[in-house]
Amino acid sequence: MSFQPVKFYQTGTFTVGNRLLVPEERSVQANMERTNSLNSGHRACQGCGEALGARYAIDAAMHATNNQLIAANATGCLEVFSTPYPETSWQIPWMHSLFGNAPAVATGIAAAIKIKRQKGLKDDVRVVAQGGDGGTTDIGFGCLSGMFERNDDVLYICYDNGGYMNTGVQRSSATPPAARTATTMPVGQQPGNVFGQGKFMPAIAMAHEIPYVATATVADLRDLEHKVKKAMTFRGARYIHILVPCPLGWGAASQDTIKLSRLAKETGTFPVFEAEYGELTNSSKIRRVLPVEEYLRPQKRFAHLFGKTPAVATLVRLQALADKNIRKYQLLDKEAN
Amino acid sequence: MPNKPFAITLNPGSSLANLTGSWRTERPVYVDRLPPCNNTCPAGEDIQGWLFHAESGNYEKAWQHLTRDNPFPAIMGRVCYHSCEGACNRGQLDAPVGINSVERFLGDEAIKRGWKLATPEVESGKHVLIVGAGPSGMSAAYHLRRLGHRVTVIEAGPLLGGMMRFGIPKYRLPRDVLDAEMNRVVDMGVKVELNTKVDDILATMKEGKFDAAFLAVGAHIAKRAFIPSGEVSKIVDAVSVLRSMEGEDKPMLGRRVIVYGGGNTAIDVARTAKRMGAEPIIVYRRTRDKMPAHDFEIEEAMQEGVMIRWLSTIKKAGDTSITIEKMELDSAGFPQPTGQFETLEADSVVLALGQDVDLGLLDNVPGLEVAEGVVQVDANMMTGHAGVFAGGDMVPTERNITIGVGHGKKAARNIDAWLRGTTYVAPPKHQVATFEKLNTWYYTDAPKTVRPMLDIIRRQSTFDEVQGGLDESTALFEARRCLSCGNCFECDNCYGVCPDNAVIKLGPGKRFEFNYDYCKGCGMCAAECPCGAINMVPENN
Amino acid sequence: MLKQMEGSHAVAEAVALCRPEVICAYPISPQTHIVEGVGEMVKAGKITNCEFINVESEFAAMSVAIGSSATGARTYTATASQGLLFMVEAVYNASGLGLPIVMTVANRAIGAPINIWNDHSDSISQRDSGWIQLFAETNQEALDLHIQAFKLAEELSLPVMVCMDGFILTHAYERVDIPTQEQVDAFLPPYEPRQVLDTHAPVSIGAMVGPEAFTEVRYLAHEKQMQALDLIPKLAGEFKTIFGRDSGGLVRPYRTEDAETIVIAMGSVLGTIKDTVDEMRDAGVKIGVLGVISFRPFPLDAVREAIKHAKRVVVLEKTFAVGIGGILATDVRTSFFGFGIQIESYTVIAGLGGRPITKASLHELFEKAGRDDLPRLTFLDLDWKVVNKQLERERKMRRSGPAAENILRDVSSTAAHLG
Repeated sequence: MSFQPVKFYQTGTFTVGNRLLVPEERSVQANMERTNSLNSGHRACQGCGEALGARYAIDAAMHATNNQLIAANATGCLEVFSTPYPETSWQIPWMHSLFGNAPAVATGIAAAIKIKRQKGLKDDVRVVAQGGDGGTTDIGFGCLSGMFERNDDVLYICYDNGGYMNTGVQRSSATPPAARTATTMPVGQQPGNVFGQGKFMPAIAMAHEIPYVATATVADLRDLEHKVKKAMTFRGARYIHILVPCPLGWGAASQDTIKLSRLAKETGTFPVFEAEYGELTNSSKIRRVLPVEEYLRPQKRFAHLFGKTPAVATLVRLQALADKNIRKYQLLDKEAN
Repeated sequence: MPNKPFAITLNPGSSLANLTGSWRTERPVYVDRLPPCNNTCPAGEDIQGWLFHAESGNYEKAWQHLTRDNPFPAIMGRVCYHSCEGACNRGQLDAPVGINSVERFLGDEAIKRGWKLATPEVESGKHVLIVGAGPSGMSAAYHLRRLGHRVTVIEAGPLLGGMMRFGIPKYRLPRDVLDAEMNRVVDMGVKVELNTKVDDILATMKEGKFDAAFLAVGAHIAKRAFIPSGEVSKIVDAVSVLRSMEGEDKPMLGRRVIVYGGGNTAIDVARTAKRMGAEPIIVYRRTRDKMPAHDFEIEEAMQEGVMIRWLSTIKKAGDTSITIEKMELDSAGFPQPTGQFETLEADSVVLALGQDVDLGLLDNVPGLEVAEGVVQVDANMMTGHAGVFAGGDMVPTERNITIGVGHGKKAARNIDAWLRGTTYVAPPKHQVATFEKLNTWYYTDAPKTVRPMLDIIRRQSTFDEVQGGLDESTALFEARRCLSCGNCFECDNCYGVCPDNAVIKLGPGKRFEFNYDYCKGCGMCAAECPCGAINMVPENN
Repeated sequence: MLKQMEGSHAVAEAVALCRPEVICAYPISPQTHIVEGVGEMVKAGKITNCEFINVESEFAAMSVAIGSSATGARTYTATASQGLLFMVEAVYNASGLGLPIVMTVANRAIGAPINIWNDHSDSISQRDSGWIQLFAETNQEALDLHIQAFKLAEELSLPVMVCMDGFILTHAYERVDIPTQEQVDAFLPPYEPRQVLDTHAPVSIGAMVGPEAFTEVRYLAHEKQMQALDLIPKLAGEFKTIFGRDSGGLVRPYRTEDAETIVIAMGSVLGTIKDTVDEMRDAGVKIGVLGVISFRPFPLDAVREAIKHAKRVVVLEKTFAVGIGGILATDVRTSFFGFGIQIESYTVIAGLGGRPITKASLHELFEKAGRDDLPRLTFLDLDWKVVNKQLERERKMRRSGPAAENILRDVSSTAAHLG
């Protein structure tokens, strides 16, 4: 894990909190007074990774900004399950406009805040924009790139569950190769999503040379909180991409959400790292490297790879992609392993 | 905010009106599972429980928690064979938690800081006789006293401790430690009569108006073996040798000492001889892996220069030598003579072939049954004679100090119940927290702390304690290696990982509660609980 | 202060006087000079406490405006034509959320074929978007309407589009009266939002609303526009008190008192129409003009009141609903339908894609109308030769090629048409 300020033997730094830590070393989520920015009663599915990731991230941002935070939200699961009239789960000033414009709405909010500050507002109000992978890598891509390019003072958080889950699990440009979705069915010559397509938004964000880019998963809360907190130390455009398993879309058990996040990282399928001004600055090392199969097997969206005749060639390609991530993002700690 | 646009702008957190608990098909419940260490401990210690306090550095609370079950942590931390560590789930991760070393640390801290055992709040008015001041007797004395009964311990020997003093060499158990833990029990108001042998238990009870008795006489009588020998051959028994080490007249064994036997006592006496300047050789009829002694003790003895002749029996003893016959194991693993003989120089032969208990005090006790040299007791440790209980070496059991201490506790509970006219019913055991119940991802790798060992020269020439203790920081480290199997240690994981904020954190020491109004039953809390303290159970309706 | 200046510049000056806090825009002809003007003023410090953001698209422009307006900033943007269409999703969103954004639409045709010249197709396409739409007749009115628009928008919490004819107004140099800052400040108070993203009073804006409340939300949008029907004339009155001139309002009648024929139109073409009507009045024809300033909300009562004594109306509009005809005309007919009023009505489509509307053509048109000798739907100065040629071509040939390019080839021989 990239962020280990505390060497802690009984429980390590992997648990959420721990009674034995001094309060300032405990996570935001361990706090009895955490903001619960996304409150109970929301309509996310059982074991929703996005609901978890959003509370983790926004609570951390609230903590980092002394509760001076406004959020813009893209259309998608997160928006739908959190704000169906007449109830909202958000406890912070929050706005949903459209599917593809959350980064721009956030730019507008930031601009308004800047002027209010010039006119005497004392609070250092900060802005986050958030959306799913579809709202980020597809329909919101233009607005996101524009926000990056102008270096607007916005933290954009993408909750990546690898598809359009809200509309019934269709493919997005973040859907992994070979995955089954409603629009990439496991039929024909190339069952599931094809290889060689899709885009990895963190790398594109890095290419904009914005101050801060990071990836995280819901399996490592401390790492995630550290990154949100760190992002808030920068001014300008920042991007955090959080892998959030979707039990429904991935065909996984609701209790496996964190386990799958962990496996995504430990297999190298999802690289966890930080970059500043376009340069990789830190990689969260894999603790015990595992074959991609460990990650793929529990997910029904990859079930066609493990039929009577396992799709060995496909598994080899997926393993090669993970290996490439491991090399490219330096995910193995040579000294530790 | 009456001016807010209708429907599209909402008040914060209003979704609390939507009780998502109705979605649930399974509900999480907090459970306490039995950690394998606790499950194994012959003394019935709540090991995970006292480690919990030690982890936070509250050593006195840890010691208080520990001594609820076992009043002798400093002794245990030295002589217990710690089967707990063999059962420890952490052994499947890296190495077991050094429970024994932390226990010793706590025991030593208590002695150093003068911590006192809890004394009873209410006196029962009952008086219990305990025969024998060994581990079992003194343990029972402690527990009975704690339960409010008057206790008198009658001990045949001159000092407290029984086999802890007369069977265990001081390089393993320094006598100041032993004295300290014995005296702490006496300080609770336990009456002790030393150098007093009970010859007739019923008479003694009647005379002293005792309401009940606990018999805890140790196995002090050495078993003999017939070895053809000359007049001047020096053949002694191990128990006598070890006992005489405690007095002024040290035994005269000569330079070449043959120890016959393969148990822990054989090892103890050989290592004792080594420290007295002798060159001890252990003769044992089977192989090392069949040797009853604990392997780490064999290893330590060999490090110190004790020689061992495996697969050998003594055929006869002469004035300055003995003849041994080589053995070989048959297909069933039993040693069979080979007819090959060898002569070893020997100034003395020490027999370490096991011990028996002197049961003379039990003659003429109606209803009491003796079989195979031990007293028969029921599940409540009572003999066939009502009010007379027995434990430790006297009853059918494996013999070691920890078992003896455990018997003392068990007997005390049953005696207490009997005195009150009831029967002690042990609380039901929780399901054991097996390794599969844990999510060990959350435990970082942390190898066991190695206790310092005395250097080899001093181990061969002095009776200084061989194994050192942990210091405060290493004890803390070791305590924190505990996985807290099956018992919440307030890591906040459930509180954190719930996507529905349906876990309520109650505050330090108060653990957590589920908010079933919102819990959707996803099971993430149970899956991510490091210690397996959450169970998913089906909803009934 | 009277000044000779370009219409775009006049609008930029008006916007500047309104103390905007966030301005965002993406360039598109013929809106460019407006945003260039405000952009420069922000950068030069002439507009203080204002953030000018160059965005990457019109969709982003309206989205940034949504964000800043919801955070309580007075927000302005401008667009035209394709740009308006590109931001449509956000246009509807801004009104749905009730955000008082003011946007200039420098009216321009919509392609294909691509055409940068003026007509009203862009704004009119957004007539159902929930925005208030005000059409300026002159550069002075364009300037004045922006000042009124901010006040109107903020009082109602609804966005307002100020529509001005591209090139004809935006690029025309005319004399305008630029008000003083004191006058504008006296008219337009600081923005007090009805809803705002505030860390001290958090709300969730933009909830998902289902069938149980959606109709009510839509009705309330209508109700607000109905309130605007009262507020627009009221603000025009206040405006006159402070600035000393008539500007804005719902409709503007011209010589309609005894008119048998009333020509109805919006925007700058009203000037040409009025000139023509003056000449016809001089010749004794009973003809008048009704300019519609507020297209949304559509002032049914005011229109009916203005035309009820006439024998006929000629609705001349710079837009065209393909497949049926007029749009403004339909709304005008709605104003008197069912009131027992007998009026003939004629729809005239004119000035599409920048086609000049000449007095000569109007004379001929109005005279025919006066004789009730006009088809219900007329396309002013339509070149039937060109149309028929293309229709003939299409009848003959399956692969007849693109109509626009064919027509351009046909008209190049008679190039005078575009003059």
